[in-house]
Amino acid sequence: MSHCEANALTGDTYTRRFDTGPAGDTLIVNMGPQHPSTHGVLRVIVELDGEYILRAEPVLGYVHRMHEKMGEVKSFTQYLPNMGRVDYLHALAWNWAYVGAVEKLGGVEVPERAQYLRVISTELNRISSHLVWWGAYLLDLGAFTPIMYAFDDREIILDLLQIITGSRLTYCYFRFGGVVADVTPAFVSGLTEFLARFKSRLPMYTDLVTNNVILRKRCEEIGVIDVDMARRYGATGPVLRGSGVAYDTRRAEPYGIYDRFDYEIPTFPEGDAMARYMVRMREMEESVKIIEQALAQMPEGEYLSAKAPKPAWKPGVGEAYFAVEGARGKIGAYVVSDGAKNPYRVKLRAPSYCNLSLFAELAQGVILADAVSIMGSLDLVIPEIDR
Amino acid sequence: MPDMNTLLAGIPAELTRLVLALIGLMAFIGLNGLALVWVERKVAGHVQRRPGPYEVGPFGLIQPIVDAVKLVGKQLATPAGADKFLFWLAPLLSFLPIFLLFIPIPFSENLVGLNTNLGVLLILAFAGLNVLALCLAGWGQNNKWGLLGAGRAVAQSVAYEIPLLLAVLAVSFQTGSLSLAEITAKQGAWPWQWNIVVQPLAFFLYFICAVAETNRAPFDLPEAESELTAGFHTEYSGMGFGLFFLAEYANMIVVCSVATVLFLGGWQGPVEPGWWWFLIKMYALLVVIIWFRWTYPRVRFDQLLNLNWKWLLPLSMVNLLATAFAVKLFA
Repeated sequence: MSHCEANALTGDTYTRRFDTGPAGDTLIVNMGPQHPSTHGVLRVIVELDGEYILRAEPVLGYVHRMHEKMGEVKSFTQYLPNMGRVDYLHALAWNWAYVGAVEKLGGVEVPERAQYLRVISTELNRISSHLVWWGAYLLDLGAFTPIMYAFDDREIILDLLQIITGSRLTYCYFRFGGVVADVTPAFVSGLTEFLARFKSRLPMYTDLVTNNVILRKRCEEIGVIDVDMARRYGATGPVLRGSGVAYDTRRAEPYGIYDRFDYEIPTFPEGDAMARYMVRMREMEESVKIIEQALAQMPEGEYLSAKAPKPAWKPGVGEAYFAVEGARGKIGAYVVSDGAKNPYRVKLRAPSYCNLSLFAELAQGVILADAVSIMGSLDLVIPEIDR
Repeated sequence: MPDMNTLLAGIPAELTRLVLALIGLMAFIGLNGLALVWVERKVAGHVQRRPGPYEVGPFGLIQPIVDAVKLVGKQLATPAGADKFLFWLAPLLSFLPIFLLFIPIPFSENLVGLNTNLGVLLILAFAGLNVLALCLAGWGQNNKWGLLGAGRAVAQSVAYEIPLLLAVLAVSFQTGSLSLAEITAKQGAWPWQWNIVVQPLAFFLYFICAVAETNRAPFDLPEAESELTAGFHTEYSGMGFGLFFLAEYANMIVVCSVATVLFLGGWQGPVEPGWWWFLIKMYALLVVIIWFRWTYPRVRFDQLLNLNWKWLLPLSMVNLLATAFAVKLFA
């Protein structure tokens, strides 16, 4: 039986629609939903000519959990834990986006100390998210060891965040008007220790991995995104900054207390996978800087406002949009309230979704291994795409 | 009870010897395959700052046996639409020729299966069979990833066989022999008397090509699991996969054994020459290959071929010609 016949028998709607082109010496292959390099359940249908990709089309929805709809059937407070599950790698940024939108809607004040706690925890979470990306990306490129080193560091972050949030991955730490718990002395000493350790680890990562000639050959001039293309698809985060645009929501639309810290927005103009790689590596350093400053400046005080809303609270009629900078880009939460105890509508803007849309164009005409490298460099979190 | 000589009367002595050698080599490959699995897991563990297996037996030594038992116990599934005959022929074909590869290797002065003066040729000829097995595996399983893996395997093996051959030939030119025993004997006990000193470039080329020939990282493109899920062995379960796995380790042992004989003085050593020197050198090379795997990212396929056709092949040609001239002029 030839390969084409088998495909005609077993292909589903997506594959068949994809298969309508002139028959030739091409293979139509499913990358995913159970492919090792699609990190979860993304499915990409690719048409291959030898090893070259003629076209690629992502098929979404395998982990669609109706997060937006759930917002309409749960009360404002009940919806909070959902936020830790949209993007499991940078859960606290999603916490912040939704809590920020509701606070804006209901005019809730956040105490000073809580603002600092939010920054510290979110930046820590950003480092852990980038570490997972780093390890997984190197895994995509065929290096097995870096992920072990990355998880070694990440483990400490998870332990630290467990102290204050109570969970290790799907955090639900933010509340309307503050955060749920204060830091403990163990957390502060552990964090100081971690920052010192991590700063010595980063140069090692550079020596061991970033400067490796095979890695450079696999990343440089691969998947070049120019500024125009990034804008066309609405790319944000490290993908946009890897194309040389210094756009960071923390700087462009300051929220919380990010305007008080001294940090850089790393950009690299090349637009290739290596530029995106470098942006994330540099961002980890910047996050360390922010945490150090926040830790030094943090005032005493309450971590949850005394006037914080009760669980059955209704914020009144209105709508609000709040955007934060997640590890993957601009995270937006748009909340509409008609005065009832549930939101009327919640719209979540997932950065991975926009970043993924670049893939189809980027993958055209590249060799299969490069497509894997490109997809990894976009840092996709599939549950966030499907929501 | 009949005595051994009457039992074996009428059977040529050479045949008896060959059969016994094959049985011995089977045990050797099996044991070393298991040992190598353990070494690989331990080295990988320590490279990654974890202890590696340590639960099963002392230092996790029983781990490879448990792994093997797991593989044997699995169902052998044949995918729909696969060519059943080719599908199951492929793992056997990848594993069986390996016994032949070991026959001419001198483990010590007298410990050799078949002392032939064409040992190098025998190994190089039968090593080529492996690529056929990978090709059949990829083709027979009716899986597109497998097909891509098979395509890669063929292109890679064919390309890297040439500089490998030329590097080995340079040593043969220098010693004037294709017999592995004779090549060993012409080297001395001390490291500066080994062929690696005279032929450093040949050793370098041989080693790179050997890593590529055995499909080990960073050249493990036929099975590149982040690109081709598992490449040529995507659909194999249980011992089908197990045989490919064992064949990969056995192939590693072969290439390292040959490197030991050709470049590192074989069984000779400064004190007490014997098979243990052979094993020490062989395992040192194996650990280097394992170390590569757990350190480097994978190269891309076109980069792999470019490296071969643009660098390794011309270099090995130059090396061979230079050796030929030197032999003609000085020997």
